[in-house]
Amino acid sequence: MDGEPLVRWHWIGDHLGYLRDLALDHAVISLVPVLIALLAAVPLGLLCARLPRLYQPLAAVFNVVYALPAIAVFVVLIPYTGLATRATVMVPLTCYALAVLLPATVDGLRAVPEDVRQAATALGYGPWHRLAAVELPASVPYLVAGVRVAAVSSISLAAVGALVGRGGLGYLFVDGFQRTFPTPIVAGIALVVLLALATDLLLVLARRLLAPWASGGAR
Amino acid sequence: MNWLGWLTTFFTAPARQSGPDAIAHRIAEHLVFCGEALLWAVVLAVPLGVLIGYTGRGAFVVTALTGAARALPTLGLVTLAVLLAGVGDTAVLVPLVALAAPPLLVAAAEGVRGTDPVVRDAALGIGLTHRQVLARVCLPAAAPVLLAGLRTATVQTIATATVAAYVGLGGLGRYVVDGLATKDYPATVGGALLVVLLAVAAQLLFAPLIRRASPPQARLTRRTRTRRTKEPR
Repeated sequence: MDGEPLVRWHWIGDHLGYLRDLALDHAVISLVPVLIALLAAVPLGLLCARLPRLYQPLAAVFNVVYALPAIAVFVVLIPYTGLATRATVMVPLTCYALAVLLPATVDGLRAVPEDVRQAATALGYGPWHRLAAVELPASVPYLVAGVRVAAVSSISLAAVGALVGRGGLGYLFVDGFQRTFPTPIVAGIALVVLLALATDLLLVLARRLLAPWASGGAR
Repeated sequence: MNWLGWLTTFFTAPARQSGPDAIAHRIAEHLVFCGEALLWAVVLAVPLGVLIGYTGRGAFVVTALTGAARALPTLGLVTLAVLLAGVGDTAVLVPLVALAAPPLLVAAAEGVRGTDPVVRDAALGIGLTHRQVLARVCLPAAAPVLLAGLRTATVQTIATATVAAYVGLGGLGRYVVDGLATKDYPATVGGALLVVLLAVAAQLLFAPLIRRASPPQARLTRRTRTRRTKEPR
């Protein structure tokens, strides 16, 4: 590394298209799992909010799942999903996101005050109408808070996938390390953090639109 | 070959029984290195977090750190550290400490800040100095949150140390990384399984500690509070 500068700007200029492709791949493998997890977490959360006996063991299982090191889970999945495939990285990321989103959904649904629920019933709302018009909107701030945590961690975790051949921007770390060339690594770190910040910002804006009353933050 | 075959091959190979690639030796390496990183992280982050929590100043540092630490890619930090500081355990120690410190700082600040203000005022009212209030009231009250933060940091460090095998660190990550490089799937899968077991063991070890540190009447509500300080690895 003697005499090699931390960043060679012309390398970044020469590889803009390449960096964009990696960033897009990164966004897909890290954010599609969060979307899938969200679609699963809402019905599952509704069920769990009604049945605490189902929620407690499920929460315990997801607590353990959340603690599993990503690199180990990727490797264990390779025999099933193949080396360097998107599924190897996306399946564990979906589980991690679900481990964050399920408690967030349940907390959100449980936080709806009982008098609000009763007021909706008194106004003639049936159980499904009340769910769609009152309980789900009321839990949006909790859901968005969960999605923010899940999305940002998913983006940084996906980079580890480079060790099993599919890590989006994470490939820049492997590439830079193998060539003792720090520029791609610095660019990779910057792009991962930028992608995370941009996603976070979009989610905050989404919360402002969907739940304008909660601009102070749910937590 | 199937899973069971891989694991049998991995665990019964002579190289796993003794020498530098023995399972016991790799686990010891992993634990010693994680312990060292955690010790540094605790020494650096906990006093600062306690100070922020007690004075209420610099709370924005805590908010900024939670977000930033989540977004930083482990593999990027580890490879950059080694390129900049040269191959060696000290170079790898820096990103490990940097990733373990934020959850500890946040937990210490949140825990101390969350002490019931009425209790704090009462302690000051009966004549305790700030230092005594901190040591006898705030720190015991913060213990469960602090321990939950330590659990997060421990699990995070175990995972990061595995990734750090890619840049030459010893420990269980060696099986995973070397196995991937040489297409030795028994080693890769066996190593991954050991990492998973270690992470789960660390997670389970903290559960009774946190329960013991919680005051009896708070044990039910603590669960929701400790979850909040969780961080991804």
